[in-house]
Amino acid sequence: MIIHHPILGPRDSAEFTYLGDANLIHRPDWQAEDALAQFTDYGYQRKNPAGVHRELWFHEQGDRSWLVVTRNTVTHEITKVELARDVARAEGRDT
Amino acid sequence: MTQVNRLSGGLIDRNAPLSFRFDGKTYQGHKGDTLASALLANGVRLMGRSFKYHRPRGVMTAGSEEPNALVELRSGAAQEPNTRATTAELFDGLEANSQNRWPSLAWDALAINDTFSNFLTAGFYYKTFMWPRAFWEKLYEPIIRKAAGLGSISFEPDPDQYDKGFRHCDLLIIGAGPTGLAAALTAGRAGLDVILADEDFALGGRLNAEQFDVGDQSGAHWAANTVAELASLPNVRVMARTSILGAFDHGIYGAVERVSDHLARPEAGKPRQILWRIYTKRALLCAGAMERPIGFENNDRPGIMLASAMRAYANRWAATPAQEIAVFTNNDDGHRTAADLAAKGVTVAAVIDTRENAPKTGSYEVLAGAEITGTQGRLGLRSVDVKMANGQTRRIACGALGVSGGWNPNVHLTCHQRGKPEWREDIAGFVPGAVLPQGMSVAGAAQGIFPTAACMMSGAEAATDICADLGAPTPAIDLPSTEDAPVNITPFWHVQGAKRAWLDQQNDVTAKDVKLAHQENFVSVEHLKRYTTLGMATDQGKTSNIPGLAIMAELSGKQIPQVGTTIFRPPYTPTAIGALAGRSRDEDFRPTRKTPSHVWAEEQGAQFVEVGMWLRAQYFPRPGETHWRQSVDREVLQTRNSVGICDVTTLGKIDVQGADAAAFLNKIYANGFAKLPVGKVRYGLMLREDGIAMDDGTAARFAEDHFVVTTTTANAVPVYRHMEFVRQCLFPNMDVQLISTTEAWAQFSVAGPNARKLLQKVVDAEHDISNEAFPYMACGQITVANGLRARLFRISFSGELAYEIAVPTRYGDAMIRKLVEAGKEFDAVVYGTEALGVMRIEKGHAAGNELNGTTTALNLGMGRMVSKKKDSIGSTLSERDGLNTEDALKLVGFKPVDTEHPVPAGAHLMTKGDPVNAAHDQGYITSACYSPNLGCHIGIGYLKSGDTRLGEVVRLVSPLTGLDHDVEVVSAHFVDPEGERLRA
Amino acid sequence: MHDFVEITPLGGGAPRVQEINGIVLSEVTDRALASVAARLGQEDEAKALVSGFIEAPAPDAGRLSGSAKSAFWTGPDQWMVEAPIETHEDLAAELSEKAASRASVTEQTDGWCRFDLEGGDLVAVFEILCPVDLRKGQKGDATRTSIDHLGCFVLRRETDLVSVIGPRSSAGSLFHALETAVRAVR
Repeated sequence: MIIHHPILGPRDSAEFTYLGDANLIHRPDWQAEDALAQFTDYGYQRKNPAGVHRELWFHEQGDRSWLVVTRNTVTHEITKVELARDVARAEGRDT
Repeated sequence: MTQVNRLSGGLIDRNAPLSFRFDGKTYQGHKGDTLASALLANGVRLMGRSFKYHRPRGVMTAGSEEPNALVELRSGAAQEPNTRATTAELFDGLEANSQNRWPSLAWDALAINDTFSNFLTAGFYYKTFMWPRAFWEKLYEPIIRKAAGLGSISFEPDPDQYDKGFRHCDLLIIGAGPTGLAAALTAGRAGLDVILADEDFALGGRLNAEQFDVGDQSGAHWAANTVAELASLPNVRVMARTSILGAFDHGIYGAVERVSDHLARPEAGKPRQILWRIYTKRALLCAGAMERPIGFENNDRPGIMLASAMRAYANRWAATPAQEIAVFTNNDDGHRTAADLAAKGVTVAAVIDTRENAPKTGSYEVLAGAEITGTQGRLGLRSVDVKMANGQTRRIACGALGVSGGWNPNVHLTCHQRGKPEWREDIAGFVPGAVLPQGMSVAGAAQGIFPTAACMMSGAEAATDICADLGAPTPAIDLPSTEDAPVNITPFWHVQGAKRAWLDQQNDVTAKDVKLAHQENFVSVEHLKRYTTLGMATDQGKTSNIPGLAIMAELSGKQIPQVGTTIFRPPYTPTAIGALAGRSRDEDFRPTRKTPSHVWAEEQGAQFVEVGMWLRAQYFPRPGETHWRQSVDREVLQTRNSVGICDVTTLGKIDVQGADAAAFLNKIYANGFAKLPVGKVRYGLMLREDGIAMDDGTAARFAEDHFVVTTTTANAVPVYRHMEFVRQCLFPNMDVQLISTTEAWAQFSVAGPNARKLLQKVVDAEHDISNEAFPYMACGQITVANGLRARLFRISFSGELAYEIAVPTRYGDAMIRKLVEAGKEFDAVVYGTEALGVMRIEKGHAAGNELNGTTTALNLGMGRMVSKKKDSIGSTLSERDGLNTEDALKLVGFKPVDTEHPVPAGAHLMTKGDPVNAAHDQGYITSACYSPNLGCHIGIGYLKSGDTRLGEVVRLVSPLTGLDHDVEVVSAHFVDPEGERLRA
Repeated sequence: MHDFVEITPLGGGAPRVQEINGIVLSEVTDRALASVAARLGQEDEAKALVSGFIEAPAPDAGRLSGSAKSAFWTGPDQWMVEAPIETHEDLAAELSEKAASRASVTEQTDGWCRFDLEGGDLVAVFEILCPVDLRKGQKGDATRTSIDHLGCFVLRRETDLVSVIGPRSSAGSLFHALETAVRAVR
């Protein structure tokens, strides 16, 4: 596969390592009343869709950026690639 | 001289005679020949034996789709089985042998299978070798294995080298026939960056195999001239002998270039083949079409081949399988073979055309509306029986028969992303479906366009469209006029009533086998394939699939498109495993990492061990030591008694800087780091988010905003990745920067009661490293060797008074020499990983065996280290009930009650008196060694509620090794449990 | 001056140089390296630091700039600075002092080995090493990629001069991979 790195352009997916669902960005608040339940969901519940999926890739043999790649798991079509750090900030990670 | 079936003309170089051997006999051929064409020219029709029935077989095709003429090429270690004689380029001294026969090709003992063919039908193996079960392994498998397979291998390592490569282009054109050449010319002249790839060594495709002209020159000439022009363009790369194996995601293609297969031996240093990964913006499939056979009784005799192959042998290679031939066809194209061979002086006995309205194409006899009902000649065709339109039967003498059942577009690559081909009635064949791999288009015969002029037009037009898409201006191309005959075909798949009409000659599948599968209710074509083996093995049914589907359709009363095709998958043609491995084999399987003291350790005769990619000194044998334990025991005792030195560079080191560096470490470690003073080191336990221990190490604080973190050797890469995840994805607004410095510093452990004294001789005098100035867990920047910057850490893995000292790596060699020199007066020893392991087990320190992906801080006895006052990765989920049971496993030590007994890692622990089974399992030994300090074997491991069971005697069992004896539960800290030595 | 003698990444006393197929393959050890990563919100300041030191614009993503002193981009707001080791042996300390709280600087000189390939058909050499396409690339390109399973920087210093900077501990393996590729060129 080819991943269009937002800074470096098209790169072979072989340069990346894969983590999984981009919802891992949304780590729960440890002080929430139901923190244990939230962390359990966070750690173990995945939608695993046959279709469009937002997922985390690490450019290990490249610039060491974590990316959020929007990819169709059926066709492998990639429709969007963003720096995970930008996504995390935009989606409210505030520390 | 002996090339009895060599004709005039052709594209062979008659000035370049070549000598070769087949089954021990020497023959002559020419440059430009394939093994198959040279054998035919020499009058050899019998080239192999079939897979199951060992039927004598000859060549069927003139290309990579060949099912029959498979040979063992070369000898010794270079011997390659199942090589297609049709693609093996002749070179002087080529050596080939037929396969799947014993004792000889002409007289093969296992041909007896053919006599029992009534039993060996579809599903024979599934039905026969079911029972009794006891026979599976001892009886059936050896018999089947002996009979299975075609060629044999040398069992020697492949002597050749293979490379892997990467190429990029705007447009990859797959196939250099008339379509591909017209496309390449168009795109090349427009300036696109083009790769033109073709599996053949002579580019031109069918143009080299036909008689008709292109413009005012022969097709072959036009092809050669066009290739020459393309090769002269800097933006076009022509890759001959290159097979495109697969169409992968996002315009990536796999290809094998046979760099040296046409040479006796690859040149020194040069690869035999290169596996290319080709990155494309666009690809144009110009793979042409393949002729398919017709099923009839005994249609597999040597001498019976595809009509297009017969024509190619005559026109391109000036070879004919016999001096008298016949043609069996259901379409006009078959007649061209008769005409071309007749023009070359070969006698055409008859053209048997299944159509009532067969055209009259030459001076030979055309039998319209006729069918072949039988053939004669066991080792080579002698005659065919023809059922005439009027119902009479005629026997026609001929030494070869060209068969044409129509042409199948080569749609394979269009299906590699699960595209489904579509049926076209007018050509009676499948063409590419609407959904193609990203960036791919198809032109010419691969698209179902068969007249040559239309093919060239189609290629040029497709290239023009691609150029327009990519923004390249396209000059108009004047295409030469050429053959433009319409397609006339009446589908005819097999002659009714035939008992042994071979569909898949490689796997010996007949029309009858397909019928049997149908009778036994196999409906899906995929099941048909597996049950009958139709379309399996090296040719993947390139010539047999469609006839098989047609018969399946006929039997089930369906249309061919309703039956569908099996899925085409990469690779398109068989690929040597060596090409997939590339250079990554033997000692080059993966890179090696060497420690800074490697050169020195080699000089000392160290025994090395692989630790991941690292080569580390395992122990340093001394003269007189005959067993590794002697060396290791000595290294341990000398260290504990005086001082030892060890290269510990392999531990991961990560530089953590930034205003939020301490806050960041608070997140990644379960324990706290915010309050660690500058100049101090602290042990850190890293958890995964699920609360399981991930790694451990130390963090040294060099400044308020600067830490150096260590990881275990094995986890350096994953820990760094994890830290970047935490930094970029979870806490993107923390001011923290990370970079690995593992290799930048040569780091040595100096441990033992005399460690300080030794280091005081090495560290420059102005740095006070006394116990008061530099206590346990101190760190700092110092200098050595009169001013070289170095880092010193007072940390201990062995449990002794110990330091780790680091210098820039290029001075690591000088450092080990200096330490050894300075240590002489203390009888210092350099120890390897074994002694390191023994000492850490004696001290009860956890390592990879304990941090094994199932254990928590609680299991490790570090439950209280997980701070509840702060948030860290894994802190919340580590509180789950299931991880905090009353009887949780705890890390403790074990000593054999009888000190002669071993304590093997992996052994399980049982409460005395309990039965030995999984339900009563109490834990297991994780690490074990012989402790020279205690004089017996010891182990550490996990035991349920282990911390409350010290002193208890439990039963150690290892059913695998037959061990069963008692061990005492003790503290994991066998040596210096109070930690007095550390602080000395 | 201290009295330790250095060895090269390949383990020798002097850098190795070899000419094969018209390509000069040489081990380069006369450069100090230090990484410079911008502190949060100090991206422009860090860039200015790099630029001021190398006396050239700080390189953009995927690029290399400077001459006597140079830098290449290694990641977002992160660069590797190169300078002659003779005059900048403790480059990290020097830069760190200049950086104050604008950037995090880390000594990298000994984390890496460097091999330069000059002359000959470098396109053919690199196409069997890594996906970096020298046909399309230009002088000044800096790409991190994988060569023979090793994470390496491929720096196009001149059209016909390419540096490969890889992990020092694997210098032997990397040199072997480069040498093999150079020999395989047709």
